[in-house]
Amino acid sequence: MSAAVAGLVPLPYGREDLPGLLGPNWEEWLRTAYRWMLLGRVLDTRMLGMQRQGRVGFYGPATGHEAANVGLALSLRKEDWVFPGLREQLVALARGHPLGQYVHHLFTNGVDPCKGRQMPCHPTAREVHYVSMSSTVGSQIIHAVGCAYAMRLRKDPGAAVACFGDGATSTNEFHAGMNFAGVYQLPVLFFCANNQWAISLPVSKQTRVPVLADKAGEYGFNGVRIDGTDVIAVFHTVRAARERLAEQGPTLVEPLVYRMTPHTSSDDPTRYVPKGWMEEAAAHDPLTRLEELLDRTGVLAVTARETLRQELETELRKLIAEAEVTPPPGPDTLFVDTFRDTFWPLTEDRDSFDREQGGHFP
Amino acid sequence: MTQVTLIQAINQGLRQAMKTDPDVVLMGEDIGVNGGVFRATDGLYKEFGEARVIDTPLSENGIVGMAIGMALYGLKPVAEIQFMDFIYPAFDQIVNEAAKFRYRSGGQFPCHVVIRTPFGGGIRGGLYHSQSTEQLFASTPGLKVVIPSTPADAKGLLLTAIHDEEDPVIFLEPKRIYRTATGEVPEGDHRIPFGKARVVKEGSDVTVVSYGAMVPQSLQAVNAVEKMGVHAELIDLRTLVPLDYETVLRSVEKTGRAVIVHEASKFAGFGAELSAIISERALYHLKAPILRIAGYDTPFPYALENLYLPSVDRIARGIERTATAT
Repeated sequence: MSAAVAGLVPLPYGREDLPGLLGPNWEEWLRTAYRWMLLGRVLDTRMLGMQRQGRVGFYGPATGHEAANVGLALSLRKEDWVFPGLREQLVALARGHPLGQYVHHLFTNGVDPCKGRQMPCHPTAREVHYVSMSSTVGSQIIHAVGCAYAMRLRKDPGAAVACFGDGATSTNEFHAGMNFAGVYQLPVLFFCANNQWAISLPVSKQTRVPVLADKAGEYGFNGVRIDGTDVIAVFHTVRAARERLAEQGPTLVEPLVYRMTPHTSSDDPTRYVPKGWMEEAAAHDPLTRLEELLDRTGVLAVTARETLRQELETELRKLIAEAEVTPPPGPDTLFVDTFRDTFWPLTEDRDSFDREQGGHFP
Repeated sequence: MTQVTLIQAINQGLRQAMKTDPDVVLMGEDIGVNGGVFRATDGLYKEFGEARVIDTPLSENGIVGMAIGMALYGLKPVAEIQFMDFIYPAFDQIVNEAAKFRYRSGGQFPCHVVIRTPFGGGIRGGLYHSQSTEQLFASTPGLKVVIPSTPADAKGLLLTAIHDEEDPVIFLEPKRIYRTATGEVPEGDHRIPFGKARVVKEGSDVTVVSYGAMVPQSLQAVNAVEKMGVHAELIDLRTLVPLDYETVLRSVEKTGRAVIVHEASKFAGFGAELSAIISERALYHLKAPILRIAGYDTPFPYALENLYLPSVDRIARGIERTATAT
């Protein structure tokens, strides 16, 4: 893909800036970041298409969020816990959650770690401390605060990250989470990916506060807005904020991003997005901006990028083929995990299911 | 063993749990320095410090949400909601989060929070300090619902909730009898398993099923009708989820008559579930219609709370009517 896009806002760095920002292995870092961002884009493109074909039930793209997600993932430590919102699946992958498992999750089949119980794009990945999410916006923010409290009580080195969007800043749990974290001075990073839309509501109608990061001051700690389509800025800011959490308490980081796709596969943004907005979004496409930098710095040529894209697409195609033929979760999974142990009436539900729907259980 | 009140037994239970396991933390409004508005946490702040006996801002969804985050990481938080009437801001956290974490994560994230809250009327608390809405939680898959009626049960069920459970527990404390229910409580680590009802008094003529503050109330009624020659069997459920339906059925099969007593509103209350279970499984043993004696289907009144709550007299008349119906 050519990086030449009309009106593209280039990333404000040259070769000479990058070692200082990213360290001596800055070229490797850029290639890694690009690989994850490209994976996100390849996934979104492919899965939205699959959803349109009726092959997956639902899909929530994060196109436009790639730099925010990858910048965040690469700046965190292994011991940190992530409490995701609706568009942070790429954070789980970049933290090491196997892509194959995620694809199984998208097909909600029997290998899906969530046992097919959640809609697609609601993964859980305990092994990388990526916590299960609900579809209720904002509810996870306060969980991150409790987690951070527990980490500090046990004298563990981790921090908790609450990921959410601009819409979530109107929720009760945003207020509770920000307030509690401020009161107890906990190591919580509030990561508010402001993509300027909560389904159809523009952020200007979400709040009169023009910069969401400014809300942090009301809770007694710092907030900063950054260019969320600049993966280097995200990485650099979050890493520095992460270093300070234990000593200075919570921080809010507001990466400003553009939601370049519908809210979900069920949404039609032509009903509400004003003329010209999508062009502005395209000028801030995080992937294209990084590609332009890769061209300018000579880190990864267009041919190498094309090869990488083909590799990712091939891998994804293979994983999809596997996931699509993997059987759905067994009927016995209906009756486990509501509680640790089963008891009446669940035992009877299971028996009557077996009687009525036929001999599934030993 | 010495005589203690129900609220003292809760306090003993919390102290015991905190001594046993450093992962146990308490949190809620006014529970620290002040020891709780009912003194459930009296002395614990001093003994265990502010990091483990946490005074929180005034935010029920914050309290429960923070407890959930702690539980996900592996602590054993015990959150106090000052009155059950104030639990609804946390309803989403309880119903959509705590109750569903284990299930929706495919078993990866259990969510062992214990949420204690005083509930029920009879203390001149009006409609916002008297509510009894256990059915909202009992009908939510994923939650256990516990309601003690004696000091020994309060301590034993609380320690089970904290030490043996790995599921979210709604622990409802009948505040009306916080100080009037007294009894001996075993020292140290005393646990009572969930899902085992207690037969408070044996009888052969009619089964009375109750829980919480209505247990002592029903016992008075049972004793009153005994003088009229009616021998009622009184069952204290102790836990609504899991439910010991077998003890209830065994009794109803013996007596052929059932009276259910709770102070929550009758319509779609927990008594409806009990009544359905008895109807589904013991209909042919019944000699009389099942009777539910409950709070009325209105908000909880202030000046007229004595008329709203099932009185000893109302319960006694109901038992007698059911026992003698032909």
